[in-house]
Amino acid sequence: MENILNWITEHQQIIYIVVLMVFVGIEIIGRVPSVLHTPLMSGANAIHGVVIIGAIIVMGKAEHDNYIALILGFLAVVLGTLNVVGGFVVTDRMLEMFKKKK
Amino acid sequence: MELNILTICYLIGSITFILGLKMLSNPATARKGNLVAAGGMTIAIIGTIFLYKDEAGQKLHNYIWIFGGLAVGTIVGVMAAKKVKMTAMPEMVSLFNGMGGACAALISIVEFNHLTSGKNEIDLYLTGIPHGQLLIILLGLIIGSVSFAGSMIAWGKLNGSVKDFSFPGQHIFNIVLLLLIVGLATFLVINLNGSNAFVFYIILALSLLYGTLFVFPIGGADMPVVISLLNSFTGVAAACGGFLYDNKVMLTGGILVGAAGTLLTILMCKAMNRSLANVLIGSFGAKKVAGPGAAPGEQGAYKEISLSDTAVVMSYASKVIIVPGYGLAVAQAQHACHELEKMLEEKGVSVKYAIHPVAGRMPGHMNVLLAEADVSYDKLEEMEQANEEFSSTDVVLILGANDVVNPAAKSDPSSPIYGMPILDVELAKTVIVNKRSMKPGYAGIENDLFFRPKTSMLFGDAKKVLQDLIAEIKSL
Repeated sequence: MENILNWITEHQQIIYIVVLMVFVGIEIIGRVPSVLHTPLMSGANAIHGVVIIGAIIVMGKAEHDNYIALILGFLAVVLGTLNVVGGFVVTDRMLEMFKKKK
Repeated sequence: MELNILTICYLIGSITFILGLKMLSNPATARKGNLVAAGGMTIAIIGTIFLYKDEAGQKLHNYIWIFGGLAVGTIVGVMAAKKVKMTAMPEMVSLFNGMGGACAALISIVEFNHLTSGKNEIDLYLTGIPHGQLLIILLGLIIGSVSFAGSMIAWGKLNGSVKDFSFPGQHIFNIVLLLLIVGLATFLVINLNGSNAFVFYIILALSLLYGTLFVFPIGGADMPVVISLLNSFTGVAAACGGFLYDNKVMLTGGILVGAAGTLLTILMCKAMNRSLANVLIGSFGAKKVAGPGAAPGEQGAYKEISLSDTAVVMSYASKVIIVPGYGLAVAQAQHACHELEKMLEEKGVSVKYAIHPVAGRMPGHMNVLLAEADVSYDKLEEMEQANEEFSSTDVVLILGANDVVNPAAKSDPSSPIYGMPILDVELAKTVIVNKRSMKPGYAGIENDLFFRPKTSMLFGDAKKVLQDLIAEIKSL
């Protein structure tokens, strides 16, 4: 029990961020019209591509002789980039269609 | 100094994600919002590459690998995203989502190897198992790989290469599988030693299996909901990485998407008047339920209408409402549809479009398609609006839509789509349905509407039919 309490105190900053972000996430898309559901999903999809940063760190920390880490890290960077770049470009293409006519 | 700048980069990233998502939920600012988030992401990525230092003050190395990976990912990502057809957008989103999930899972694998490599039982005993860290690694692994496997199946389902598949007791099997994964993960967190590290890979395999089985039986019509749910899963998996590296931008971005994605999933379910549980579990036995009441063949005959008759009926109507569906998207008939609209308007017919919230395969799918064909925005009506207008409408033309106009959703409690709000096209004087064949729609159920006396069928590919129809109307 004490362990858990210690852990919570130690990581309180992170826990605060998690709790607040949950509310922010729910609050900001609360009133989205159904027309925008798909682009919004796609945009959110691109944003969780932020996982790429973890992949870059893994890659950048891998020792030169640790081939497993190098290969897996490289794969992670490629996949993460696909998620970010593909996600934003697809969203932009969808939203391009929404522009108002002159 | 450098680390301080990196902190600022991450702060900017986090703020732009929140702002971007906020702007994305409003039609006027959506496109800018996407660019804002992309800008923030770029800053965070560049900052990480050049400024990141680990606890020991070491900078990153392997720059060639990093830039190589970024280059490959960017080129392939841009090409795929630029080339994909508007109709295939949903599966593209699913595919990219799967990539993110796989990325999170790979990070977990590398970090786990890091944790255990070169350590035997005694080392782990001496240094103590970092329970918290291990828990986060496992969470990232499980959620990431479920999201990856699930997204791949969803992608396959949407492009038609994977068929619905379920076996008796699958629901219970899935629950057992999930419990097993949780049990093994708990075991590993408490008892990790040099000899049981292989359990980690069993968990990986089971998670992939679970992701597959979880999406397999869910009907294609419900895929948007599933993709949205998996999207929020990947968000949580990314946040696990943020926890692991004490990285605030990953944490905020991941949790933000996790929360917003979950809410979006619920909103989508609401648009279909169903609960999330109903979507995830209700798919089971959908075919069994359809059995009583509505055996195919019992419904009697349908009536066909010729192109020239359709042309006459439509050009002499005073008000026409077009109901687009997935068939229109598949046939790429949005431009032909717009042309028909213009032609009818020239003849003094008022033409509008009735858009069901889940028409096509994703909410908003039809709006995007019609917007691509330059259909003006004020011609698109949402369901409630349209339902008020059907009674004063002469002709309803249904283009490749099926489930969203199925009266069974109102009248037949045994139907899998019972309770979903539909477009009340029957209130109109005439209903003309364009379909490729009499095959049931995506939910796999028969549609009574086609056998009603007011309804006439116009078979054929939507694009071809519309072009022929335009030619007929011209020659009138």
